[in-house]
Amino acid sequence: MKRDTRRTGVFTRRALLMMGGQVALLGGLAARLYQVQVVEGARYATLAEENRVSARMIAPPRGRILDRFGTVVGGNKLNWRALLIAEQTTDVAATLDNFARIVPLGDAERARIDREVRRHRRFIPVLVREFLNWDDMAAIEVNAPDLPGILVDVGTTRVYPFGEQLAHVVGYVAPPTEADVADDPALALPGIRVGRAGLEKQYDLDLRGRAGAVQLEVNAVGRVIRELDRQDGVPGEEIGLALDTDLQQAVLGHLGDQSASAVVLDCRNGEVLAMATNPSFDPSLFNSGVSQAQWADWAQDKRTPLVNRATAGLYAPGSTFKMAVAMAALESNIITPGDTVNCPGYFDLGNARFHCWRKGGHGTLDLRGGLKNSCDVFFYETARRTGIDRIAAMAHRFGLGTELEIDLPGVRNGLIPTREWRIGEGHAWNLGDTVVAGIGQGYIQVSPLQLATYAARVATGRKVEPHLTRKLAGEMQPGSQPEDWPALDLSQRFLHIVREGMWAVVNEPGGTAPQARLTDPRWQMAGKTGSSQVRRVSREQREQGNFDSSKLPWEDRPHALFVAFAPYDAPRYALSVVVEHGNAGAAMAGPIARDIMTDTLRRDPGGRDVLPGAQVADRETSR
Amino acid sequence: MREGRLWRETSFDLGTKLWQINWLYVILLCNLAAVGYVALYSAAGGAAEPYATRHVLRFATGLVLMIGIAMIDIRFLARLAWPSYFVALGLLVVVARYGHIGKGAQRWIEFGGLQIQPSELMKIALVLALASWFHRASWERIGNPLFLLPPLLAVLVPVGLIVKEPNLGTAVITAALGASLFFAAGVRWWKFVLVLLPIPFAARIVYSHLHDYQRARIDTFLNPATDPLGAGYNIIQSKIALGSGGMWGQGYLQGTQGHLDFLPEKQTDFIFTMIGEEFGFVGGVALMALLCLIILGGMAIGLRCRHQFGRLVAFGIATNFFLYVFVNVAMVMGVIPVGGVPLPLVSHGGSAMITVMIGFGLLMSVHVHRDAEFSEARAGV
Repeated sequence: MKRDTRRTGVFTRRALLMMGGQVALLGGLAARLYQVQVVEGARYATLAEENRVSARMIAPPRGRILDRFGTVVGGNKLNWRALLIAEQTTDVAATLDNFARIVPLGDAERARIDREVRRHRRFIPVLVREFLNWDDMAAIEVNAPDLPGILVDVGTTRVYPFGEQLAHVVGYVAPPTEADVADDPALALPGIRVGRAGLEKQYDLDLRGRAGAVQLEVNAVGRVIRELDRQDGVPGEEIGLALDTDLQQAVLGHLGDQSASAVVLDCRNGEVLAMATNPSFDPSLFNSGVSQAQWADWAQDKRTPLVNRATAGLYAPGSTFKMAVAMAALESNIITPGDTVNCPGYFDLGNARFHCWRKGGHGTLDLRGGLKNSCDVFFYETARRTGIDRIAAMAHRFGLGTELEIDLPGVRNGLIPTREWRIGEGHAWNLGDTVVAGIGQGYIQVSPLQLATYAARVATGRKVEPHLTRKLAGEMQPGSQPEDWPALDLSQRFLHIVREGMWAVVNEPGGTAPQARLTDPRWQMAGKTGSSQVRRVSREQREQGNFDSSKLPWEDRPHALFVAFAPYDAPRYALSVVVEHGNAGAAMAGPIARDIMTDTLRRDPGGRDVLPGAQVADRETSR
Repeated sequence: MREGRLWRETSFDLGTKLWQINWLYVILLCNLAAVGYVALYSAAGGAAEPYATRHVLRFATGLVLMIGIAMIDIRFLARLAWPSYFVALGLLVVVARYGHIGKGAQRWIEFGGLQIQPSELMKIALVLALASWFHRASWERIGNPLFLLPPLLAVLVPVGLIVKEPNLGTAVITAALGASLFFAAGVRWWKFVLVLLPIPFAARIVYSHLHDYQRARIDTFLNPATDPLGAGYNIIQSKIALGSGGMWGQGYLQGTQGHLDFLPEKQTDFIFTMIGEEFGFVGGVALMALLCLIILGGMAIGLRCRHQFGRLVAFGIATNFFLYVFVNVAMVMGVIPVGGVPLPLVSHGGSAMITVMIGFGLLMSVHVHRDAEFSEARAGV
């Protein structure tokens, strides 16, 4: 048998060549393997570590806000909520449809869920509905087979046990905006809230705490295999207020249905013991998002329930301003306590005639008498002689129309006009403006908080700043002692004369506010009434003689104001009351001030400190 | 001695033939299948189900099939070469028209409950057909371009059908397999150059007609970072897994990437990565050495064969196996584009296992009948 040896030889050669080539190629792969596994191994191992470990954040409980005696005014309660994990369902829309049959979902809610599902990776839980009640939860659990991807879990949510009563002080929280989340990724956690108003906003960063992190081993689709490491977050700091919730409730009771506000301070250290404003709103509405209808309601309400009148309501102080004018005149030696002014019932300045509130005039008065009778002519004349710039400087020292160190956002500073300010506005300053400023009218705008601070500073001669917070994270904050506040550097003698005038207003026969006299014989209160004109009283009205502002439409009536401190002999508490369109300071605001001061003195919150273990049991809320 | 045996081998009884089987080679295959069992056990998260047990059952079936084919006379197999080629071609046409849609490609055909991939069968049939063709070709005829035209068509027609499926990876492998058989048969070097020269130009035209997902594979191969969560994901995850294996590996059942499902298709195409992660570079190279032994062993069977048909069949089967291994391993390392090619006898999957074992059956038949008297083309015929 003859074989084709040449063919065989070629095959053998080429087969060997092929084998060599194949071994070389596999050798090349082995070299590549060496490079990938050994040379670059460390780098890829790091990548592998990142691949399987996913750090997730745990929402920290928001810090609680407590009142002076440990009562919770802003706390947390358990919040059962339904979450959707998109990767666990084949059809998100069908799951949500089924869910909506059990717990109805609004169109806007549905749109929000769809948006969040699209925006997040499929294993990240998206909030479907919060604040589930037991019935809803039971229904969801029973229908679980029809609800793939729906998960019910429990988080915490903010709760305000005092609701409307402290809404403006404590403020409220709301879901973070996209801009918030961009700044702090911890805010992307389901159920987290951001302080939007009041103390919740002021101390938001303290209250938020630090998000914890949990290191999870995850697979490629992000499902959690196990927990590798956990760092519990730092819970938000607890805030202890100077405020006394019982007093707050009492003050609100005295304000009644009026559009009004009142501030009670410990006048020795500026602690805010009560800050009431009426009307108010339900702060929990913001927690889950405010409806369009609710916004429209608030926007149309003439009584502006969202405005904190105590800090952002601005009023002309009226006659309550007269102590500042008096002090400005005394301190600059323009007048002495014994100087007198004759009041014929009007004051002429050039062609203009300014009227005293008392038609017939007061006759000859010294400073004490001017205050006691609240004689307008006395202060027209005093202001004219003192000049607006000295008056403004003194008003600022007393905290009027200037910035206070109150720990609340959205505070308005008001205005004490000066020559410079008026020129800046493009006008000349007229002496008539000074005369009007002498009785707290014209351009002057102050807030009730400033009025209370003013009363406290007059009472103590110290530059106390109003503040709500006493304790932060268990630490007593500076400012709780009178010595923490500097003296105002005013003559004690002059201050004493002014205080005496305020005492006479309330306690002396013929004073303008006998209604404000305390009925409890243990204490005496010094105070000053004020009426703040909303619109100019025309000459015709005045000349008709029987002008009665109480016959005006409600929104044209003057505001009623009252500032006071007590006890007169050892001042401890200062207050301001502003009743919008309350007509007359003495008749409307005086009795309210009397009642508030009586309650304050009886409760004496500033004189009582928290007893050890006297924390009020916190049944409704939990951390 | 050997000349004497030549005449007796036609009367080989079954017992003698069984004795003639290269059992050492069978043991190598069993070792490879055992590696597959170990890896699949790990891929299932440390469980025999659902991959490992079935893998062993399939291998056992394949082993029986292989030994059965090894018993068939090589000359009878040679007569079956072209009929099997046309059957395979027919199946390719059928799959092109009626095949299942799997992963965007028509590749599979249902056959009595068994899914088969005609392109895999075609590679075996092509080896047989080309071996049969060149078996009868004298050295002179191999030099004649007209004689080379039919086998060239026999390669290009199925390759074209496979491209249309579309299964680019298998098409390239099939073409390479055909080319290597032409090469082994003794076709002149310059003729390869002549055919290969226009390929870069053809490639550009082909690229413009490719499906998007195929283009994506090539594009992401060229730069996997462009789409780390999409098409480039597999390659990047595979490299991360291999890299985290390091020199000695993370230990059996300890591979984090594979077990945490970062590694895609870890029980099929990316089984080598899984092994590399758990047994490290050392384990990977050991597996490659075993694969290399099987390839070289197949080639050695061809070299020892006394007839051209057997030589070419053995060469073709060994080369086919090599191509599987090379493409798969190169793929998981990101050396060539991801191509849906399993690691034979290790990856999970029935169709590939059966066709590979049929191939080894043919190889074993070559070994058993290496000295068979086989009429060949003679010079001048």
